[in-house]
Amino acid sequence: MAENNVILSVQDLHTSFTTDHGEVMAVNGVTFNLNEGMTLGIVGESGSGKSVTAYSIMQILEKNGSIKSGKILFKGEDITRWPEAKMRDFRGKKCSIIFQDPMTSLNPVFTIGWQLKEAIELHTDRKGKAAEDRAIEMLKLVGVNEPEKRIHQYPFEFSGGMRQRVMIAMALACEPDILIADEPTTALDVTIQAQILELMQDLQKKMKMAIIIVTHDLGVIAQMADEIIVMYGGRVCERGTAEDIFYRPAHEYTKGLLRSIPSVDKIGQRLVPISGTPINLLNLPKGCAFCPRCDQAMKICLEQQPPETRTIDGHLSSCWKAIEEEAAAGLIDLTGPDGKPEDTSKLAEVSEKD
Amino acid sequence: MFKYIVKRILLAFVTIFIVCLITFFTMNAIPGGPFAGEKAKSPEVQAALERRFNLDKPVGTQFLLYMKNLAHGDFGISAKTGREISATIGTKFKVSARMGIFAVILAVIQGVFFGSIAALQRNKWPDRVIIFVSTLFTSLPSFVLGSFLLVIFSVKLGWVQAWSPQHQSLILPVLSLAAYPAAYITRLTKTSMLDVLGQDYVRTARAKGVRSSKVLFVHTLRNALIPVVTYVGPMIASILTGSLVVEQIFTVGGLGNEFVQSITNRDYPMIMGVTIFLAVFMVTMNLLTDIVYKLIDPRITLE
Repeated sequence: MAENNVILSVQDLHTSFTTDHGEVMAVNGVTFNLNEGMTLGIVGESGSGKSVTAYSIMQILEKNGSIKSGKILFKGEDITRWPEAKMRDFRGKKCSIIFQDPMTSLNPVFTIGWQLKEAIELHTDRKGKAAEDRAIEMLKLVGVNEPEKRIHQYPFEFSGGMRQRVMIAMALACEPDILIADEPTTALDVTIQAQILELMQDLQKKMKMAIIIVTHDLGVIAQMADEIIVMYGGRVCERGTAEDIFYRPAHEYTKGLLRSIPSVDKIGQRLVPISGTPINLLNLPKGCAFCPRCDQAMKICLEQQPPETRTIDGHLSSCWKAIEEEAAAGLIDLTGPDGKPEDTSKLAEVSEKD
Repeated sequence: MFKYIVKRILLAFVTIFIVCLITFFTMNAIPGGPFAGEKAKSPEVQAALERRFNLDKPVGTQFLLYMKNLAHGDFGISAKTGREISATIGTKFKVSARMGIFAVILAVIQGVFFGSIAALQRNKWPDRVIIFVSTLFTSLPSFVLGSFLLVIFSVKLGWVQAWSPQHQSLILPVLSLAAYPAAYITRLTKTSMLDVLGQDYVRTARAKGVRSSKVLFVHTLRNALIPVVTYVGPMIASILTGSLVVEQIFTVGGLGNEFVQSITNRDYPMIMGVTIFLAVFMVTMNLLTDIVYKLIDPRITLE
């Protein structure tokens, strides 16, 4: 993919939260590129750092959270160095976000119109009547009926699906380059879920924006994403196209996730869950974060973090087991993500494992 | 909304009637009366006085006569001074309300301000200091605080003259009146503010690029004030109608003081008059609170 297409580049991002119990390391070295007009899916279970990654980009972390290191390049500029005033202009204008729960994401004491107009007046030259017209236009675009009447109503007069449409209208009112959707359909029922996803895809084509969709729902990811990153313990454990991830998973965690999806072929069979609980982010292990829950764990998994290596079909994963299998089959391509040859001493250790 | 208000006003009449009923019979159930004891009066005078105040009739009849007069807007005259009850209440209420208004304003501004600071500075020193002081003032009875203020500032330091008809210095009684509600509103605002600050819609506002001062004063505060309004309405009623304790300590001749004296004197018409006035005031403030509530929070339906 050509470098000039990259609109957002997250590089070695570390985000943590200070709590009474210590420092919660929510994101530990996440790197990815988002290309113009494309959809990137971030998948992982609760506590994998996917939402925190999204909030870090917007810099809307809770008060006790902060970006510790790393860069977030928007059109080549590192936005982590931007002052707050400049960031305010980024939020809502260059990059918008919609949240998981539409029932609580709108302010209950202001009308829908007021909330839409606030965003429009903040970032564009449309004021007063012009902003209201734009609000009506946006509501029409996201499929809210009788928008002229509905802008005078309050959020409690809207259903969950309708509220999420309003959130999308509000997010897209200033035509941002990027839309971050943080579990946009988790709180909605399945039929509404499909409508919202279709709406997002439809608007993506019309407005030519890039989407980052954060979810734990593999079905949603499969439908939406051009590229997927799988996160665990605040790290990226595997990345590739939807096909790579679904048909040729390399990382043990990804394999586990795929095994746990219910499917019509498996009727009557028990689902295979990933045993154990998500990792404690207060106390990260030296080695692979997934190791304590992994059936295939080896000694090296406990001791060293797996490097990101390219699998034979060209996608990237960070798993010692995958490295070992590929090396054994002579399939492995020893080129790392930076193009330099991989440190083979690590591979030697793998082969010496007990 | 209009229908609701009419309904509430009709209900208010029922409430007031019940208040009258209970007060009247309880008052009469206690042995003695306005003209019992004290100086010996000739039987003729005693009988004439009792006839004047209907005390020679059965209690039930007395009540009916009282209610009939009340329906014509006649509260009667004081059994002690012979003055018009409504005129006395009017004068005394002005004194209490003047003091009360300052206390209410002080309590609300202080409470909301310090409550917001405590929420924003959660677990830092301003929060701890504010919560310590407000806990102190919520647990300190007003007669203790009032006496302290009086002793320290009037007697020892001599900064403030004690209340007298010539020197109506409001500062100490206002402070003692405002202390509890201010502390309570502080705690209420803090709790409510913390709750709202954690809400998703506050995050939405930040994500829209709204500046943080606007997020705070527009998106957060309006929601956070909903529980505060519920408390402030009845609080205004009880402060404006005068405090029994604070007025005693500072010898302010307000409605609270008048109420205490009317009970000591067994001044039946005065007791009834003040009680009804307080009840009407309280009911009105409650209705106003509900209306303000509806204006702040559109989700509330009044029916």
